[in-house]
Amino acid sequence: MPKVEHQGRARAVKTVRVTLAIALCIIYLIPVLWMLSTAFKPREAIVAVPPKITFNPTMEGFVSLFTKRSTLTRMQMEQYQQRTDLSWWDKVALERGLAIIGPSQYVDRVKNSLIIAGISTIAAVTLGLLSAYAFSRFRVRAQADWLFFILSTRMLPPVVVTIPIFLMYRQLGLFDTHIGLILLYTAFNLSLSVWLLKGFVDEIPREYEEAALVDGYSRWQAFRKIVLPQSVTGIAATAVFSLIFAWNEYAFALMLTSDRARTAPPSIPSVVGTAGREWAATAAGSLLFLIPVVIVAFAVRKYLLRGITFGAIRQ
Amino acid sequence: MADVGLQHISKRFGQNLALDDVSFEIKDGEFFVLLGPTGAGKTTTLRIIAGLERQDQGVVTIDDEPADHLPPAERDVAFVFQQYSLYPTMTVYDNLAFPLRSPLRRIPEAEIKQRVEETAEKLRISHLLQRKTAHLSGGEMQRVSIGRAIVRHPRIFLMDEPLSNLDAKLREALRIELSHLQKTQGSTTLFVTHDQTEALTMADRIAVLDQGRIVQIGSPYDIYDRPATTFVAQMVGSPKINLLPAARENGNLHITDSPITLPADASVELPAALVVGVRPEDVVIEDSGQFSGQVMLIEPLGMETVIYLKSGGQTLVSTTPGITRLRIGNEARFSIARQRIHYFGSDGVRI
Repeated sequence: MPKVEHQGRARAVKTVRVTLAIALCIIYLIPVLWMLSTAFKPREAIVAVPPKITFNPTMEGFVSLFTKRSTLTRMQMEQYQQRTDLSWWDKVALERGLAIIGPSQYVDRVKNSLIIAGISTIAAVTLGLLSAYAFSRFRVRAQADWLFFILSTRMLPPVVVTIPIFLMYRQLGLFDTHIGLILLYTAFNLSLSVWLLKGFVDEIPREYEEAALVDGYSRWQAFRKIVLPQSVTGIAATAVFSLIFAWNEYAFALMLTSDRARTAPPSIPSVVGTAGREWAATAAGSLLFLIPVVIVAFAVRKYLLRGITFGAIRQ
Repeated sequence: MADVGLQHISKRFGQNLALDDVSFEIKDGEFFVLLGPTGAGKTTTLRIIAGLERQDQGVVTIDDEPADHLPPAERDVAFVFQQYSLYPTMTVYDNLAFPLRSPLRRIPEAEIKQRVEETAEKLRISHLLQRKTAHLSGGEMQRVSIGRAIVRHPRIFLMDEPLSNLDAKLREALRIELSHLQKTQGSTTLFVTHDQTEALTMADRIAVLDQGRIVQIGSPYDIYDRPATTFVAQMVGSPKINLLPAARENGNLHITDSPITLPADASVELPAALVVGVRPEDVVIEDSGQFSGQVMLIEPLGMETVIYLKSGGQTLVSTTPGITRLRIGNEARFSIARQRIHYFGSDGVRI
């Protein structure tokens, strides 16, 4: 009998756990779901009070996100309606009396985001791995002080330094450049990257490399052939954290760019159409903006979970 | 193959003096064992020869040429580590081929294949070649790492307690295999261990290291039969040697706190206070024995039995062949093989 009772209790605990997990999931996902539905809602449904759950989905939001439009006069509209070469997005715009006159800047903004977040992540992980390796393997003079100094760059809230950085960037000609934001994001991510990766490199037994050194390989070759494949987990975890920071960063992107290097986050809220705020376009922009990070995180999820719990459990 | 020389090597780690003026020479084809307890500096010595660590003072020579300026890769030595020495992401084959694929050597892949297979056969691991190393047993792993050392015919083998992570049976088997391999290949080997059995059974010569200093260098017989200090005497031999404090008086040696009295050896000059060392096999249990003691403990090991005898305040360890009919609490008579007694001064140095 006690065995059955025990099983019954275990099942009850499991039920409670799963219920809690689902409830938490729903709480966290509601904003995302709301964004998803807003992106497809027609204008009237977005501003309706009380909010509408059911509606006829439309691509209006996406069309206004990706295009520049101008209002048509009644005569122009009639001309337009005669035409047979209109694509589906032209038709969506036409329903609201608009003509598409070109692509919007959203695509360029996302492109900037990809370039800046991508390169700064690669830079932060590469530099971080090399210095983590050095800290882990060599006797560095005043090692503890250096490590604390690196960590201390994280202690100040970034907003505090926006004005000096803005002034410096203007002087140095880094304002509104890709390289400017790349440098900044790399610097911000580097402290996390060094500390995180040092933990991983510390866990790789030295004997592996020493065996390679004795076997006829140089320090650099041993690093490439032994340490690098062993630290994939750490690299993946660090890369995701760095990428998420650089991808989502808003304040500096807003301050330090105007047009050429502007990334997506500061530009999404400013998608303003001819008829006031385009909530559908904003939601569509945010939704698309989420996708790359989700894909990357999903692709490396195996390493990520191991990466976060790494060191907590010894073999 | 080659010979290796260490001249006046010293090494400090912070405040800690790891090696203190260490000098010895390993001859071509010799099996040389560094024996010492944990922290004696054995591994540091090995790492300095390999170039993984730099000495503060002294010179390392390989083939009579100074090797200090050479990085590990160019010293052409092979290192077998205590553990962790196999590359976990590679197969056994790739592990064995790894040293041969070094950009320093430029060996064609066909020759690599042949040499890897040859080595695998020698160590009887041919059936494991395509396995990932993570799935090997301890003995198989250590075989592979020995294989990785012999596959490229290095000038010297450096082995850092390669058997100490294995269970007793496996250790014995691999010990014999390793000895055989070394003799047939004639390879110069420096083998580090804290296990006196390994040292005595495998070595051509042994250097005993204590706290960074060499205490004695000699053949296994020298080390066992003529230990230079009480430290060496205790380091080798199992069960441990009996060390008994004694006082010399009127041509006799009185063992402190015990009725045992031995005639002083006239051929050596003995101080008034000294330490007498008697190996357990030299405490002979026999009915005609001169001394008597109470049996405290009996440990039958099959081929011999270890008997702990109490005589006054001293406990003597004796080994006797086969199985004994003595029981705990019995009085036993024993004698001490006089010609095999070791004398040490109160500072522990052999007289």
